[in-house]
Amino acid sequence: MKSTRFITAVAAAGLLAICATAAAVGASTQTVTISVASLIPGSTKAATDQFNQRVAAFEKANPSIKIKAVEYQWTGPTFAAKLAAGTLPTVFEVPFTDARTLGDNGQLADLTPYAKALPYFSKYNKAVIAEGTNAKGKIVALPKGAYAQALHYNRKLFSEAGLDPNKPPTTWAQLRTDAARITQKTGKPGYVQMAKDDNTAGWILTTLTYALGGRMERGTGTHAVATLTNAQTVTALNMLHQMRWVDNSMGANFDYGWSDINQAFAAGNVGMYISGSDVYTNLVQASSIDPSLYGLAPIPLAKNKNAGVLGGGTLVAVKPSANKTQLAAAVRWIDFFYERKLITKAQAVADAKSLVADKQPVGVPALPVFNRKQYDLANTWIKPYINVPLKQMKPFTTGIFAQRLIPEPEASTQAVYHSLDAAVEAVLTNKSADIQSLLQSANQQAQQAISGGA
Amino acid sequence: MNAISEVTKVEAAPRASQRYRTRRTPLTWVRRGGLSTFVFMLPLLVIFGAFSWYPIVRTAVMAFQHTNLVQAPTWVGLQNFSAVIHDPQTPTAVKNTAYFALLALVFGYPIPLAAAVLMSEVRNRRGTYSVLAYLPVVIPPVVAVLLWKTFYDASGTGVFNTIFGWIGLGPFPWLQSQSWAMPSLVLESTWANAGATVIIYLAALTAVNPELYEAASVDGAGIWRKVWHVTLPQLRGVLLVTLILQIIGTAQVFLEPYLFTSGGPANATLTVLLQIYDYAFGNSLGGDYGKATALSLMLAVFLALFSFVYLFATRSWSEE
Repeated sequence: MKSTRFITAVAAAGLLAICATAAAVGASTQTVTISVASLIPGSTKAATDQFNQRVAAFEKANPSIKIKAVEYQWTGPTFAAKLAAGTLPTVFEVPFTDARTLGDNGQLADLTPYAKALPYFSKYNKAVIAEGTNAKGKIVALPKGAYAQALHYNRKLFSEAGLDPNKPPTTWAQLRTDAARITQKTGKPGYVQMAKDDNTAGWILTTLTYALGGRMERGTGTHAVATLTNAQTVTALNMLHQMRWVDNSMGANFDYGWSDINQAFAAGNVGMYISGSDVYTNLVQASSIDPSLYGLAPIPLAKNKNAGVLGGGTLVAVKPSANKTQLAAAVRWIDFFYERKLITKAQAVADAKSLVADKQPVGVPALPVFNRKQYDLANTWIKPYINVPLKQMKPFTTGIFAQRLIPEPEASTQAVYHSLDAAVEAVLTNKSADIQSLLQSANQQAQQAISGGA
Repeated sequence: MNAISEVTKVEAAPRASQRYRTRRTPLTWVRRGGLSTFVFMLPLLVIFGAFSWYPIVRTAVMAFQHTNLVQAPTWVGLQNFSAVIHDPQTPTAVKNTAYFALLALVFGYPIPLAAAVLMSEVRNRRGTYSVLAYLPVVIPPVVAVLLWKTFYDASGTGVFNTIFGWIGLGPFPWLQSQSWAMPSLVLESTWANAGATVIIYLAALTAVNPELYEAASVDGAGIWRKVWHVTLPQLRGVLLVTLILQIIGTAQVFLEPYLFTSGGPANATLTVLLQIYDYAFGNSLGGDYGKATALSLMLAVFLALFSFVYLFATRSWSEE
């Protein structure tokens, strides 16, 4: 009997303990913790401090939400691995090229009700919000920013080569001549291009093709037709071949990726290169570039009615495993950190002030997420705080809105870029590379990926 | 015959009674230390089970599925194997891996052996030489590759090109050329891994009976004859093992091509393991884990068969 009583007492005590724990958990659900993508690894202390200040301001305004900042840089291979392993932060960034397919595959959370509740939702640029909407019409990502490909050039090397730093090249022929001259006069590579087997080589080759009036595919979805063997891509590769093997103006290293090429440019070792118009932020945050050497110009476009500049951007998404409370908190963070500064004066000014205090760039040229009018208005709000060398970016800021903006290839974008990587590498490392044959092989590979829905 | 039968009967009787007496019960199992053995083995079973056996089984299963590890997998039969075989990059990857293995065999296999033999002949400061030989193994592989990447800078100011420039050679393209890239990878790999093999050979050399060398000297053998007729035959068991380990290791080469060249330029250093990696993680939209595991399985089966044939073919030699 005694033992029965003892067991009953223990069971009762156990039940009470369980109830108490459950009550505690219930109480703790008042506070939700979400992890968010912060800065790229290797960012300066000032940039990190500035980010932490924004987190503190957010947590003060939202006491029930705790933010855990996680260093984050989107690269194809690491993103795929983290996605599969479920180790992405709750809020993370993806390029325009991927959000729709990830959303179709159930790999991103549905943000529709939360996004539509945002007071400025109706003001989004329709084309931009479409990049984050899946086939079923669900909003799976919200825009962070949009960019156009641009020509970044070293004004110091231009001067040393006897070129006018206020007159960057406006044609491909001029770009080639300027590059050769920079190499001849300074010994530094006049023009360098990303040529790594991580899709960046294909990305920049596609930019060149667009600028000459070509396209990499025709149609949409798995029925799209790969057109990698188009005449403009052949011309672009021939031009690279000439610059590499005839002019010898591209240096000796041909395995630059996105980060490496930024570092090389910030170190003053590159005359010109192509990347997104908003890359100046990274040049400051990760490579502490000397602003006086920086110049930004639009990409030269061929006299062809189809010629245009490749545009892209970044979207912010949420992990599909996030629960409702986390989803609500995540969208609140996206609203606070990414969107408000683009649409409300108070937040734009607060953000700019905070950035300036930590010597972080304000006023880096980008493309409108809402519309041109809103973009210009937001720029007037932050005008007193702009600390980037805007005068040196004038060729771009005055020229970009006259250029035709063309989105990245829609079907299997990254796979199409990847199939082009080898062709770029071959042209830059093998003097007798057979361009036609390389492109045919790339086209076959790209078509296989498109048809398979990769 | 009868005598044998008697002996058998006599011997069989106590065995039967012994069996009866020692009939195993959970209690006797515990008393005889079965439980403590199991408890001691448990961490090992859990660790191997979770990190080795389970992934192997999962790999084998995934090779027959289509999955992005987020949505539910679907069974696709042999489709993944067929896709891998018909992938135009597969022959390139296999050819490159074989080329790496061949170069590593030609340069990487004899160098540690020669170094070990030479070091064993040295009377003074043998420890210093051993440390120097082993030092590259201590350096973290990623650090070593990043270090060598600066050595391989293809411009005239690169470390190697500067050194060659002093004697009027170069600049060489190193990693920036389709024909130079793979030998450059093998060179670094040999530098990084030779130390471990040197230590194995040095240990094996201490087991060689010194009288054999003395006898060879009495017979008038010089150093080369002693190496050929004494050292190598005495080391053959170790040599056979290191050879198969090297072949298995080089067939799975990943670190060097991944960190140095990402498989470039123009797929010149794309290896089988790098292709597996590309299948799994090359596409940011979620990898083709089915194809990745199918190729992994094919490589594992090939290496298992190769090892079996190798051990069978060299059995008589190693047992001599």
